[in-house]
Amino acid sequence: MRSIVLQHMIDNKDHYIEQWRVSFGELLFSRSESTIKPQYIQDEMKEEFVSVIFDTLTMDRHSRRAVVKRFAERLIHDGWVVSEFIMSLQRLRRIVMKDLSNHYDKEKFVDLSGELEDWLDEQITDLTTEFAKNHEEVKAIQNVALKELSAPLIPVFDKIVVMPLIGTIDTKRASQIMENLLDGIIEHRAQVVLIDITGVPLVDTMVAHHIIRASEAVRLVGAECLLVGIRPEIAQTIVNLGIDLGNFTTKSTLKKGVEAALQMTHRDIITNEEPVTGGGLN
Amino acid sequence: MSNHSCIEIANEWGIVSARQAGRELSKEIGFGSVDQARITTAISELARNIYLYTEIGKIDLEEISDNHKNGKVRGIKVVASDKGPGIENLRDVMIDGFTTSGGLGAGLPGVKRLMDEFDIESIPGEGTTITTIKWLR
Repeated sequence: MRSIVLQHMIDNKDHYIEQWRVSFGELLFSRSESTIKPQYIQDEMKEEFVSVIFDTLTMDRHSRRAVVKRFAERLIHDGWVVSEFIMSLQRLRRIVMKDLSNHYDKEKFVDLSGELEDWLDEQITDLTTEFAKNHEEVKAIQNVALKELSAPLIPVFDKIVVMPLIGTIDTKRASQIMENLLDGIIEHRAQVVLIDITGVPLVDTMVAHHIIRASEAVRLVGAECLLVGIRPEIAQTIVNLGIDLGNFTTKSTLKKGVEAALQMTHRDIITNEEPVTGGGLN
Repeated sequence: MSNHSCIEIANEWGIVSARQAGRELSKEIGFGSVDQARITTAISELARNIYLYTEIGKIDLEEISDNHKNGKVRGIKVVASDKGPGIENLRDVMIDGFTTSGGLGAGLPGVKRLMDEFDIESIPGEGTTITTIKWLR
């Protein structure tokens, strides 16, 4: 059975929508994240929000949730600020509340306002839960995506592999790097591993510690580790910190590293004296 | 001074946001890329100490200026403070290679070398405050 409040809201729907539009104008999209969006998109979003709230009045909770869920997906996808929507819902409460107090006597009003609170709380809870749930999902997907591009091991020549490191290295990534490194060395029967830190924004003692440990482990499985891509400012901070990389062969660029690795595996890249004539090119 | 920010270090991501803020502020003040790297590395070390050894702490970043011989000099002040267990023997932690966590033990002496001024205050059982400054030359 539908409550009196809801019936009341359905009956006065147009009136409330109009009033709400006036007052939530200033609330919705006041944050900078929202105001940079084009006006017509803001307007469209407002209209959709109005319909999410008012068109669902007649629905049961299950189908209402589905509508709210779609709306929350859109909020996340387009980067809206959910608190603005919740604030404007609270504004709606004030409007309806005021109207109810004009229409009913005090005793009835207390009952009705309770009902209104219940309905509104349900809306807010649904919206925030769906929003949070969606956020969690996005986060989980991003985590997986990040993990996938985290630490690839690339075989460049026979017995030589490269591991380019990109981005911040935290404890979790460090252990994954180690794992990929050792597995990859065994799999590719590598003798030399080049760790390229061009993409690492900063090397502090922890990052250095992880790299040193990784290279020790590499040595244990019978390969050698070369550290390449040390930018000048990183080199200076490493010296300032007093980190001893004396046991490391280091090269400034990946190119020099590959050359050194070829030397270590007793190979050389040679340029052919003359292009091979004949064949297809008469 | 208007340029002031405070970052709470409660988890590993706090370290990242602290050094991000540090990099931005030092760039704004006008430090070159090498000094930017030094400052961010120092912040990273200090923040990591907070993360490793205490429950919660904060990093305060501030733009400062001082009158030197050759006129006004700008700089960045980094204050790392926590209410952790404190440091029993301050002399030990400033020795290269001293560590209680199995790390490299280069953190605090390293920070001292990376920055221009370094001051550490610690009361066992109450907490630690480390103040460092880098001047723009």
